Amino acid sequence: MFDFLEGYDLLGAFWVTVKLAVYSGLGSLILGTLLAGMRVSPVPLMRGFGTAYVNFVRNIPLTIIIVFTSLGLFQTLGVSLGVEDFTDVNFRLAVLGLTVYTAAFVCEALRSGINTVPVGQAEAARALGLSFTQVLRLVILPQAFRSVVNPLANVLIALTKNTTVAAAIGVVEAANLMKTMIEAEAQLLLISAVFAFGFICLTLPTGLILGWVSKKVAVKR
Amino acid sequence: MMLRKVTAASAAVLALALSATACGSNDKDGDSAGGGGKKITIGIKIDQPGIGLKTPDGKYTGFDVDVATYIAKELGYDAEDITFKETKSADRETAIERGDVKFIAASYSINDKRLAKVDFAGPYLLAHQDILVRADESTIKSPADLNNKKLCSVAGSTSATNVKEKLAPKANLQEYGGYSECLTGLENKAVDALTTDDSILAGYASKKEFQGKFKLAGFKMSNENYGIGLKKGDADLKKKIDAALTKMVSDGSWEKAVKANFGPAGYKNEPAPKIGNIVK
Repeated sequence: MFDFLEGYDLLGAFWVTVKLAVYSGLGSLILGTLLAGMRVSPVPLMRGFGTAYVNFVRNIPLTIIIVFTSLGLFQTLGVSLGVEDFTDVNFRLAVLGLTVYTAAFVCEALRSGINTVPVGQAEAARALGLSFTQVLRLVILPQAFRSVVNPLANVLIALTKNTTVAAAIGVVEAANLMKTMIEAEAQLLLISAVFAFGFICLTLPTGLILGWVSKKVAVKR
Repeated sequence: MMLRKVTAASAAVLALALSATACGSNDKDGDSAGGGGKKITIGIKIDQPGIGLKTPDGKYTGFDVDVATYIAKELGYDAEDITFKETKSADRETAIERGDVKFIAASYSINDKRLAKVDFAGPYLLAHQDILVRADESTIKSPADLNNKKLCSVAGSTSATNVKEKLAPKANLQEYGGYSECLTGLENKAVDALTTDDSILAGYASKKEFQGKFKLAGFKMSNENYGIGLKKGDADLKKKIDAALTKMVSDGSWEKAVKANFGPAGYKNEPAPKIGNIVK
């Protein structure tokens, strides 16, 4: 039944998928938080940049972004991100592309969280003499993060599935291996089912665990 | 009132769906006599110049398309009775098994794993894995020279696997979703060579915008026997298609189709393969 799996590094491919998801997840969390900070800042230029970034990046298909990193940045402009071998270059480019794309969604999720924090909190903090960054860092963001664990979990699950787009520039992750196997084994349905199951194994626990976390840390108002 | 609207709407949808499946199924019972204004659906590639390509004005060109059209004619279908359907590499077996297409001519290499699922008529072309290099390339003289060179191929293709496992394990391999990205890289020197079947390479190199820029190395690194895929156990159709292919070779149409589609690339094609003679 499952003899077609022999000779393929299934776990290795999914490990690359996990690494892509984790690195891009961390990257987009940092970048998304910065963007969210920009979008609520008192500086018009920063607000404008944040808004422009989100609306621009959110509306470009991910495939185009990922392929652009390879054809545009790497092949045309020679940006190789400090490594030589194609395998490493592609991996880093994919992380870059996924980070840039997902950050827009993280930013929006976080901004909705910021909106759940009562204005009185920020006003009180300002009255104590805290600066904008201090208000954001010490008062607003901690509460905002606690209310958006679920939306962020959604973004993370979407990101995990989006890593398959990296196959388009030759990162040897799950989707890439799936193509190879379908080409060689002529077992379309079974192979697809195996890979679908693999992704469920990755995303289902993520959703359940983060759902539980979200209940734990939610701000009771 | 609302409920009634919904019921009516769903009834309409259901009726539509039923009628759609009804007209979808009438082309599957093409009787063995063929012809008589009946339609035939054939699976091809629509994104490979020289092999099977859908032009912007909706026409189909390429060697596989010529072969498919010839076979259909021999089976008794006029050119206007043919519906071409795209069958991507991954969908080919499924499309045949479900009866979406009568047969498939889409650079479909015969191999044992595929033979377990579908039958093949032919082969009608013997292709080899080869590399395409820039016209001024002089450092790559044998497949061994590919080690430490930058190679490009399509993700998941047999050519890519061959390079990784057998031909040049040390090559720096870039995989893309399609050949066009590889050609961009080859043109602006981001990669040194593009590898896949020579027929496909010849098709690309024959395109107007690439003529004179690239050349085939002629390395014959593997044997790819292109066959016509059809439903397992349909011996009658297989016999008819084999007969059509034999006729196509003997009346010179085969040679003409090869020249027309691969000619400008300086592609030295193999002589037409004998029916049933699969070169391992």
